[in-house]
This record gives sequence, structure tokens and C-alpha cells, in this order.
Amino acid sequence: MLELRGIFKRYFISEPNELEVLRNISLIIKKGEFVAIVGQSGSGKSTLMNIIGALDRPTEGLYILDGTPIAEMTDNELSEIRNKKVGFVFQTFNLVAKINALSNVELPMFYKGIPKRERRERAKYLLSLVGMQDRMTHMPNELSGGQKQRVAIARALANEPSIILADEPTGNLDTETGKMVMDLFMKIHREEKRTIVLITHNDELAKKTQRIVTLRDGRIVGDESNIAAFERGATV
Amino acid sequence: MIWENITLAASSLKTNKTRALLTMLGIIIGIASVIAIVSIGNALESSVSTDLAALGTANITIAVQEREKENATGRLRPPTGVIITGKTPTSSDLITETMISDFKARFADVIQGISISYSGGSATARDMELYANVSILGINKDYATANTITLLSGRIISQQDIDGFVNVAVVSDKLVENMFPLGTDTVGKTIKIYKPNSIDIYTIIGVYEYAQDGPFASTASDRDMQTVMYIPVSTAKKDVLEKNFTSFTVVANADEDITQLTDSFQSYFDGVYAGNRDWKASASNLTLILDTVTSTLNTITLAVAVIAAISLIVGGIGVMNIMLVSVTERTREIGIRKALGAKTFHIQLQFLIEAVIVTVIGGIIGIVLGLALGVLASLILGVAASASIPMIFLSFLFSMAIGLFFGLYPASKAAKLDPIEALRYE
Repeated sequence: MLELRGIFKRYFISEPNELEVLRNISLIIKKGEFVAIVGQSGSGKSTLMNIIGALDRPTEGLYILDGTPIAEMTDNELSEIRNKKVGFVFQTFNLVAKINALSNVELPMFYKGIPKRERRERAKYLLSLVGMQDRMTHMPNELSGGQKQRVAIARALANEPSIILADEPTGNLDTETGKMVMDLFMKIHREEKRTIVLITHNDELAKKTQRIVTLRDGRIVGDESNIAAFERGATV
Repeated sequence: MIWENITLAASSLKTNKTRALLTMLGIIIGIASVIAIVSIGNALESSVSTDLAALGTANITIAVQEREKENATGRLRPPTGVIITGKTPTSSDLITETMISDFKARFADVIQGISISYSGGSATARDMELYANVSILGINKDYATANTITLLSGRIISQQDIDGFVNVAVVSDKLVENMFPLGTDTVGKTIKIYKPNSIDIYTIIGVYEYAQDGPFASTASDRDMQTVMYIPVSTAKKDVLEKNFTSFTVVANADEDITQLTDSFQSYFDGVYAGNRDWKASASNLTLILDTVTSTLNTITLAVAVIAAISLIVGGIGVMNIMLVSVTERTREIGIRKALGAKTFHIQLQFLIEAVIVTVIGGIIGIVLGLALGVLASLILGVAASASIPMIFLSFLFSMAIGLFFGLYPASKAAKLDPIEALRYE
């Protein structure tokens, strides 16, 4: 459960000029929801994602994640929140290049302080969940884009986060692989009961989620339920 | 946690072997020079100590010396045992046989022997076209206790030889080579000794081994070198009027405290010479010289080692430089790690451990290389190699400290990166 109340984000370029990227954003995302945040580039969706993902702090407003207000935390506290409550999936995959798939999935658990054996077990389970059980010891550069993204999804699930934050997860993939990755998100939502926030400029992709939040010029201009279409998609 | 970081750092170094090795080079050279210099220094020191000890650190020399005038200013005190003024002591100022025997009786329980020697000057042994240069040294029977004489055959000067004023001699193997080229048994043979105004015939009673690096080593060729010929002290003094001595050497018992004994001998002779206004007898020992030489060598070694250690600082700066490059190169990786929940200290630790691994591996290679260089140099210098265990340990710790010190800045720079910026970095 995630709540944003009156969030502003401003960048001070110089004294009289300030750039207001987010303007009075208020949003509640319930546990287990599959939400898309859509908007053109420059609409502020990346900044919103950084705030939801605890990578950044809002200039003004309240952000409560899982009952914890996190707007005024220190860097190390934010690290801990990201580690335990957020799972990131990036457009550019962002696997650590020097370590294999298994170690990449283990990384969030390593920073959480989970013992080696337990980490390994869970990483293996997660990799088989995303269908990568045969490529666990492959290095990132030995994997295709779709495979990398599946490893990244497994990594996002590692510490059982409150939300999975996916930023254009299919942006660097061809249509077919993109569909496969999207199906994986659906499966995780269905089977693992995870809250998923999908950030995209692709309306087609957004239509596969339960709810579509539209952002323009730093404001929420639309927030519609897509549950009927979602249910249809799920039963197909 | 630490171990995982170590394996992680090791694997990231493995991906860039050449760079890691080049980074280490500064540390390797620095540590190797420090270790090599210190082991060579130690080797020299022990070699000098052994050489000096061969001269007899258990020996105390009593020598007649001019008294310093009470109001004499601006004059350095001469080293004991050396007479530096033009003044010559008269016979009554010198040490007499009676004084020596009284002294011997007084300190009988602590002294092993009293060595007396008297230089009989240079001479030449001749037999037809054969010749050998000698310097004649009259000795008493305790001389051999105070000094190292390695007998190859025969015997050393005895009390009977001295009491009988006989013409017997202990000669070097070099003299034997020159005078008896056929290599027959020389003990019992006679040699003719030509002095400026006399010719004497001596019977050889012993042959000793000439010590190439000994205190009386000669630099001339084997043919012309002058070696010592030992004869009874009484025989050496037969032709001179002066029967007293300017100095003698006391061989103390092995378990005695030489410094303390020197002091008691000094006060004993202060008493003996109390009535003499111009002369006194001074007691001195080689440990004083040994201490000075050792501490000088130590200072030199330390100074050179410090200079070598400065090269370690340069090596450390190299490590810092490469670590900074590495931080920049891995900005994105740092961003990913931070997004996944790495805290400041996780990133700091990762880069610090990497820096420490580089310097520690460099340190270990440097230690091995330095020891090898030390052994090589010792072989060339002809002294026994001597590695110092604390020095090796210290070098290891020092290389680790360099890694920590010069890794700290790059590591904290990495840890301070903003995750959003870092993730955007291409």
C-alpha cells in the first residue's frame, strides 16, 4: 500500500528560475494492484518513479510506503527502503556486468544480509520462476535482451518487495520479446500477488494493466480503471 | 560479508589484469626496495659485528696515555690507547712487568689471560733467491687467547720459549709457500731473517693460516706480501733497552660484563698512576667501537629505507589514481548497486577492499622480490643474507595501510554518488 499526498518536485536552476517537474501529485495504490503510469516524455513520470522508488525525495508533500513515511529519510535509510520494499525493473536491464545471473539475483539479498545458502536457494527458485533455470551461471553479456530482463525481474522479486517498479521494461525489446516480458509481469501479479507499477509511454502496454494513471506537465490528468479489459486479457 | 567483498574485488581485478599489475608495480618496487635495503643493511651489520668480534670484544686494552691538562680547552679528548702529542713517555711512565703481575693477581678470578705484544719491525726472510717479507711481533703465551691464530701445524709460543729468550717463530702459510716451494714439512726447519742491522736464525715451531680478511691483511701480491711472524716477546725485546710496555690486552672470562670490568680496571690503574702528573693508563674495549659502528650502520639503513618508503607513497598515489578511474568507469554499476539497496558503507567497503587487495598483493610480491634482491646483493657483497621478520611483517601491514589510505578517497567518492545520476551514466 502506497500513498502520495500533495507531492511537488522542483529543481532550482538559478534563483528566479525554478523548474516544477511534479505539481501536487496525490495518488493511492492499493496492495496487489497492477497500475500503469503513462505520459509523454517530459511529463514527469521518471521523476515520479524516482520518488515512488525511494531514489529521490519530494520537495514538498507526503509519501507513505507500507505505513512508513519516507519523504524525509537519510540516504542510507532510503537505501534500506529500496532494498526491502522496492523491486526495480529498468528499460536498460541494469544487470551488474561482471557477475553471473545467479549472483545478480542474489545482490539485493546480499545487501539485506541474508546468509549465502539461503540467498542461493531463493535466487535459484526465482530464476526458475522466470524460466531462466538453464542459464543461471551465464554472464549478462551471454544473455539476450529478453533473458536479461527476465533475470532483472527475478532480481526485483528477491526481497519480496511491497512494489515492483518497472520503468519501460519492454522499451529495449522487440515486440514478441516485449509481449513475453509483459506476460511474465501478469504471471507474477497473478501468482505472486505483487503490487506492480508500470511506467510507460506505450498505451498498448498500459491497456494490459488494471488501472491507468495519466501524467501531463507534472500533473495527474487521468486515473481510470481498466479492470474490465484487464479481466478479459487475463482470461484469454 | 568481508569475504564476499574480497572474492568480488578479486573477480573485478581479474577482469583487468594488466591494469591491476601496473597499479601494483609502484607498491612492488617500493616494498622490494625497503626489504632489500633492510636485509642488506642487516647483513652488513652482522658481518661488521662478526669481524669486530673476531678482533676480540672480550678484550680490554690498557694503554698508557697522556693526561689531559686541567685547563686545556678546545682540544678533543684523544681516543683511549692513542698517544697523539709529541711527548714520549719515559720508561718510568710505562707499564712494568711488576704492574702487570700485580694487576693479574688482583683480578685473577675474572681474567683469562693477559696478552702482551711488542713489534719487532719489518724484516725479510731470505734463502738464496727465495724471500718473504715479514713483520715481527713479539708475543707472550696469552696472546693467542686474545687473538685468533689458526694453527695449521706445530705449536704456538710457550712460556719456556719466552723464559729462554730462544729464537723460535710461528710463520704464515704464505711465508711457507714462498720460502719452501717444495712443500716439505717446515716445522723444525730454520729461516734466516735479515733486519737492517742484523741477521738472525729462527727455528719454525708452528705455521698458521693467513687470514685474507683478518686484521693484518696485506694488499700486496702473494709474492711480496708481508705477513706476521710471531716470536717470543722476550726475544723481540732482547736488543732493546726498554723493557716496559705501552699497552697490554686483558682477555676477560667469557661470562664477565666487559663494560663493568673496563670501569674497574680503569679505577685500579687510576690508583696505580695516581702519583704520575703527566701520564695515566686507560682501559678501553671494542664493544664501544662495535656499538658505534652498529648504530651508524642502523642509521644509514633507516635513512635509505625511508627514502625507499617514499616511493611507496608514490605507488599509493598510483593506486588512488587508478581507483578513481575505476570509480568513474563503474558509475553505472554503483548506481545499480545503490538502487538495489547498497548503503554508503557497502560501496565504500567494496572499493576499499579492492584497493587493499591491490596493495597487499603488490606488497607480497614486493616482499618476495626484495628478499631475492637481498640474497643476490649479499652474494655479490660476500656477506650472509639476513632477512628481518619484523620488517617483513611491517611491510605487509604498511602495504595494507597504503591501500586503506589511498583507497579511502576513491571509495568515499564512489559511495557519495547519487543513484539517479549514476543510473543515467553511460
